[in-house]
Amino acid sequence: MAEPLLKIEDLKGNYRGIFGIVRAVDGVTLTVESGETMGLAGESGCGKSTLAQLSSGSPSPLLHYESGKILVDGIDIYKTDPEVFRTEVKCKRMSYVPQASMDSLNPVKRIRDFVLDVVNERTSKKPLILRIRDLSRARRKSLKKENLKMAGDHFEKLGLDRCVLDRYPHELSGGMKQRVVIGISTLWNPKLLIIDEPTSALDVTTQKRVIESLVNLKRAGIIKSMLFISHDITVLGQLCDRCAVMYGGKIVEVNRMDDILNKPEHPYTRMLISSVVSYDPTRMGKGGLKSIPGSPPDLRNPPEGCRFYPRCEMCSDRCKSEDPPLKPVGNGVVACWRHDG
Amino acid sequence: MAWSLAGAMMGEEMEKILQCEGLTKTFTSGLIRTKCCEAVKNVTFDVEKGEIVALVGESGSGKTTVARLILRLIEPTSGQVLFNGKDVSSYDRREYYRRVQAIVQDPYSAYNPFYKVDRVLEEIFGLYKDGFSPEKRKEIIVSTLKRIGINPEEILGRFPHQLSGGQLQRFLIARPLMINSEIVVADEATSMLDASTRAGILNLLLSLKDNEKISILFITHDIAQAQYISDKVLVMQMGEVVEQGLASEVFRHPAHPYTKELFSSVPQLREKWDFEKTTQGPADKCPENP
Repeated sequence: MAEPLLKIEDLKGNYRGIFGIVRAVDGVTLTVESGETMGLAGESGCGKSTLAQLSSGSPSPLLHYESGKILVDGIDIYKTDPEVFRTEVKCKRMSYVPQASMDSLNPVKRIRDFVLDVVNERTSKKPLILRIRDLSRARRKSLKKENLKMAGDHFEKLGLDRCVLDRYPHELSGGMKQRVVIGISTLWNPKLLIIDEPTSALDVTTQKRVIESLVNLKRAGIIKSMLFISHDITVLGQLCDRCAVMYGGKIVEVNRMDDILNKPEHPYTRMLISSVVSYDPTRMGKGGLKSIPGSPPDLRNPPEGCRFYPRCEMCSDRCKSEDPPLKPVGNGVVACWRHDG
Repeated sequence: MAWSLAGAMMGEEMEKILQCEGLTKTFTSGLIRTKCCEAVKNVTFDVEKGEIVALVGESGSGKTTVARLILRLIEPTSGQVLFNGKDVSSYDRREYYRRVQAIVQDPYSAYNPFYKVDRVLEEIFGLYKDGFSPEKRKEIIVSTLKRIGINPEEILGRFPHQLSGGQLQRFLIARPLMINSEIVVADEATSMLDASTRAGILNLLLSLKDNEKISILFITHDIAQAQYISDKVLVMQMGEVVEQGLASEVFRHPAHPYTKELFSSVPQLREKWDFEKTTQGPADKCPENP
């Protein structure tokens, strides 16, 4: 079997500040195989985005990497030389599209200039000043043209018109901006794309188009695998092969998407699925949804044992004292004492 | 058909409490080269007592403008809103807001972080000229909270940052209930909540309808929620209502092409989109140069 593209082993990360230490990711083990689309689901505040930030290798200032291993295509991103990481791993092997990244487009620059900035930053190994001095004017001009052509071709694969490059961000619709961001981050055909809530701020019709673009990117072989993070499990169901469910900084279940939707094993997954409001053109009548009582744990001092037990209907004494490990069940793995032995 | 059957069985005519007739709102900008934008065009619908009407549409379709017109936050360019048969502008503002209340999208910004959450409920007594005695107020607050399944001791006296979004939103729903409002305009009331708490809020709104006979105008971009909650549905596109009817009809057999396209883009839990068929369509056109 081929080496998985992303291999996370016992990853721990925390936020440190005057509020104390928040262990937002606490011992996560996850693999994303080559060629698969992995979904990551969970409530807000369960550590989905933190996991993505940590595996992108450039966590935000308050977030600290604690321990564990992240192997991207065989390269341990926290052990390797930062320069190698910047030039070899980022954008070439793995790309990360953060949440609300479409707002990161510079409002006073055309998309074209933004793209060129990113290209310069990514491809050269020298500081900017030296780089400019090195190149003759004609050479610079032709390089710029080349890069723009590359970007234009790439945008067309995403279903964007080439002339988007000449626009300012405010002239584009939300769906187009999102696809521009996806386009820029996949310019170097990264093997793995980590994408965080790309469609949460979009309408249903634009959401569908963005998801179609992503599926087409994968089908065209530009990206090989995807880690798609969303709170909306119906969206994950549309494009993911496997899905991981997070709760309170831990993975509680990983399984094939169909199994997650149709026969969830972990009580949390089951309650999450039963609380989803979904559209069904054949449905008659109303009601019948159940919400999950209580609220997610405070990760500054999480409950002993299983993190879900205060909200779980089926908890036993063992759940209150011991933390369940991930055990293989059926096609996937589940962290619940009910599946022990 | 459930709602009309229930009405017929009780032997009472459903009374229309809110009617919008030919509602139009045009926003203009600029003095010399005036630009007009028709946000709402000729919208006509009515809300009956004890029914939930869902207003769905994509962003920019004029849903919130309709809500603002009904709440008298802006004046219509033409057309009128009738509340219990009388034009809304003929009501005294205090009286109007006693009977028509709103629930907003963002529960976090509806509270002042410097005050305890109780203040949000206390303030509503300002709609009464003479007000109530402090004991009476307390009694109303506590009994209302119990009615919607909140333990008053858990929440009263706390600050907004100590509560979760779901709790805050639930708390806001107590407001119209305290003063026995007749209609609630819920503008994206559940959009910011998590899936797990959202179901609870939707069930609460349904129980308000069943138990208290409060009408709800439920504005949302989420078709799934609209289907879950509504008796009647209006689909808006570019300021116009393109389709309206009973929820059971519209969601199962949408007639208008826009509605069909909109509904087909909604991800379903049990059914997958066929990506094989939908290969990349034509590239998105660039916006025209101004």
